[in-house]
Amino acid sequence: MSVDTVSLTGWGRTAPTTAVRFRPRTYEEAAAVVRGRGPRGALARGLGRAPGDAAQNAGGSVLDMTGLDRVRALDEEAATVRCDAGVTLDRLLRILLSRGLFLPVVPGTGRITVGGAIGSDVHGQDHPGAGSLARHVDALELLTADGEVRTVTPGTALFDATTGGLGLTGVILSAALRLKRVTTPLVSVSTERATDLDDLLARFTAAGSDRSPYASAWIDLLARGRATGRGVLTRGEHAPSSVLPAHARRTMRAPRTVEPDRRPTGPLLPGGLLGRTATALLNEVRYRSAPRARTGELRTTAAFFHASDALPDANRLYGRAGLVRYRFTVGYGQEETLHRVVRRISARRCPAFRAELQRFGAAGAGLLSFPAPGWTLAVDLPAALPGLARFLDGLDDEVAAAGGRVCLAQDARMRPETAAAMYPGLGAFRELRAELDPTGAFRSDLARRLAL
Amino acid sequence: MKDAFGAPQSLLVLGGTSEIALATARRLIALRTRRVWLAGRPSPALDAAAVELRDRGADVRTVAFDALDPGAHEEVLGKVFAEGDIDVVLMAFGIAGDQARDEEEPLAAVRVAQTNYTGAVSAGLVCAGALQAQGHGSLVVLSSVAGERARRADFIYGSSKAGLDTFAQGLGDALQGTGVQVMVVRPGPVRTRALAGRPEQPLSTTPEAVAGAIVTGLRRRSETVWVPGSLRVVMSALRHAPRPLFRRLPL
Ligand SMILES: Cc1cc2nc3c(=O)[nH]c(=O)nc-3n(C[C@H](O)[C@H](O)[C@H](O)COP(=O)(O)OP(=O)(O)OC[C@H]3O[C@@H](n4cnc5c(N)ncnc54)[C@H](O)[C@@H]3O)c2cc1C
Ligand SMILES: NC(=O)c1ccc[n+]([C@@H]2O[C@H](COP(=O)([O-])OP(=O)(O)OC[C@H]3O[C@@H](n4cnc5c(N)ncnc54)[C@H](OP(=O)(O)O)[C@@H]3O)[C@@H](O)[C@H]2O)c1
Repeated sequence: MSVDTVSLTGWGRTAPTTAVRFRPRTYEEAAAVVRGRGPRGALARGLGRAPGDAAQNAGGSVLDMTGLDRVRALDEEAATVRCDAGVTLDRLLRILLSRGLFLPVVPGTGRITVGGAIGSDVHGQDHPGAGSLARHVDALELLTADGEVRTVTPGTALFDATTGGLGLTGVILSAALRLKRVTTPLVSVSTERATDLDDLLARFTAAGSDRSPYASAWIDLLARGRATGRGVLTRGEHAPSSVLPAHARRTMRAPRTVEPDRRPTGPLLPGGLLGRTATALLNEVRYRSAPRARTGELRTTAAFFHASDALPDANRLYGRAGLVRYRFTVGYGQEETLHRVVRRISARRCPAFRAELQRFGAAGAGLLSFPAPGWTLAVDLPAALPGLARFLDGLDDEVAAAGGRVCLAQDARMRPETAAAMYPGLGAFRELRAELDPTGAFRSDLARRLAL
Repeated sequence: MKDAFGAPQSLLVLGGTSEIALATARRLIALRTRRVWLAGRPSPALDAAAVELRDRGADVRTVAFDALDPGAHEEVLGKVFAEGDIDVVLMAFGIAGDQARDEEEPLAAVRVAQTNYTGAVSAGLVCAGALQAQGHGSLVVLSSVAGERARRADFIYGSSKAGLDTFAQGLGDALQGTGVQVMVVRPGPVRTRALAGRPEQPLSTTPEAVAGAIVTGLRRRSETVWVPGSLRVVMSALRHAPRPLFRRLPL
């Protein structure tokens, strides 16, 4: 097992702290790290894609789980898989696709681990139908504070605390997931342009729109005036095998005629150069180059779900100060709040390139899970923007007043009292932790900052 | 923990009645700071400072700390860190001395040196060790432009700040990669109450301006901060001015 002392940040590259990093290769090695932890505790870390400080543990131990990466059992008949927590979604998707299987929930990047995905109970573009990842987990193996491994199953308090629990209940060693079946590795995509935010929301909810399970929109947050909140809505559904030429139907390989999507999805400028004028220009190009309305375009699953993974690391574009992701949700009926937030961001002329609107369906049982029925918007902003801290505090207040919440797994800046107000499950979460882990074996910078 | 913008939740001030430090504490409380320790020599002024910050919504505690008693630093500061993480330590104690008298009374001069330099070396090392153990945090050291180049008017004070500055720079280098930031702050003359009434000096600043620069420096994770910022350029020129010329400058 390799051990080193490293300075760690999340994907946003803000607030670095130092920890001793262990890279266990077996469950026993992981247990030894947890048993031998120091006074500042231990924490599991996947690929560090959480934008904030969720996967950091200053002065303590961090278990880099990427060395535990075996797929233990794949049951094609039953459509289930059991794998180690360090397996990446990318790799899992490749293995599954060749067998006509697919992950039940696919977040916006494939470069995350199964453990990290469960730890933040990720959601995909099809949340209204599929729910978040926890809904598809049959069982977990969890390494707890006593150094023992427990099998945790749905319907138990520990399961609900662990899914979305940000590594604070223990180290997920492996997980058994229920999969879905697909007949092709392709997604049939439709794209439509919306002239403003109202138009965009209307298109999201238009009659018949639930035929395509996946839906996500990019919002041009630099558009102003009547165009405020304009965007491009993209929907997708797994393509049926009838779209493939006969010879390709059995192989699950994408036919050569389907090109990976090469349209710009992110800026390709050197670090820090991305000012608001450049972003406004890029946004304009992006909006104009999107088709007004198009259906039936075929894309590979990789191009549809993870186009930005093919680009150089976008987080380096934000300069030394890094980036802050603001992801929140407000319920249906609170569209006015969504409007206000979009107007406020637009009015400030923040250079926001990545801005993504999706819908959520029913919430899961995870005590700290983020999704709740409503709209969810995620915006990446340069941390160096003057006054951003206060501005985001203001948005927090707006979101909280509407009964909404800000995503913990992606947070890097919330106030503890706001987080407590937004997550009513926090009380139960604390009680369970106090009982299961009275000495606080599992700790993170996020948990310290927000007093979770 | 500091947030993505470098705003701390907890603050330890060494020299709890310092005007610059209190201006900084006010700003930080307006951001994220909830726990404040004011370390200093017990006095009504120290208690009053605590009350004032408490009124701004922080949980403030005072602790007896004397820069001239390095033997006790480990214990006093150790207790503070044992009560919870400290995100920012602000080393603000210091005395300007009285150049004319200090030249007459070597023991008074030694007192300036011991407060500003050896006291800071001791407290700085103790805090650096504690910050390193917690894996994060910033040590903000109030140096002075007076330490950049010896001046006839205040070289006793200046030499103590020169020592402190060099010490803090080296400490910052030693702590590279440990997650701990050492930030050296070099203000020009600060218009504090002590200086009130004296004629305006060139490139002078205010406690509020220094506080603002400290908050920005924390956000940017800077290593050196000049206040006002133009001092950086001015001093890079003056640093190399020949001594006969420098002596004749009206500084
Ligand atoms: C470009 C991009 C797009 C994204 N899109 C989405 C999206 O569409 N939907 C969504 O929900 N999220 C999304 N995210 C967020 C991302 O999915 C989560 O932050 C995820 O947790 C990152 O996984 P990771 O393996 O990198 O985990 P890390 O960032 O390393 O850790 C995240 C959290 O999980 C915990 N954890 C990690 N491994 C384990 C384990 N084995 N046992 C217990 N706890 C563990 C950590 O302690 C930490 O609290 C996106 C992130 C990026 C950068
Ligand atoms: N003011 C300026 O023009 C200027 C310019 C550049 C740099 N600086 C530096 O910035 C720092 C703060 O300046 P300021 O103007 O805010 O200072 P200040 O208001 O004069 O406060 C100085 C502080 O140092 C404390 N102190 C002095 N001797 C001490 C000792 N032996 N033990 C513990 N504490 C002691 C004082 O505590 P008591 O209340 O107990 O005396 C007081 O809290 C100082 O290091 C100063 O040298 C000041």
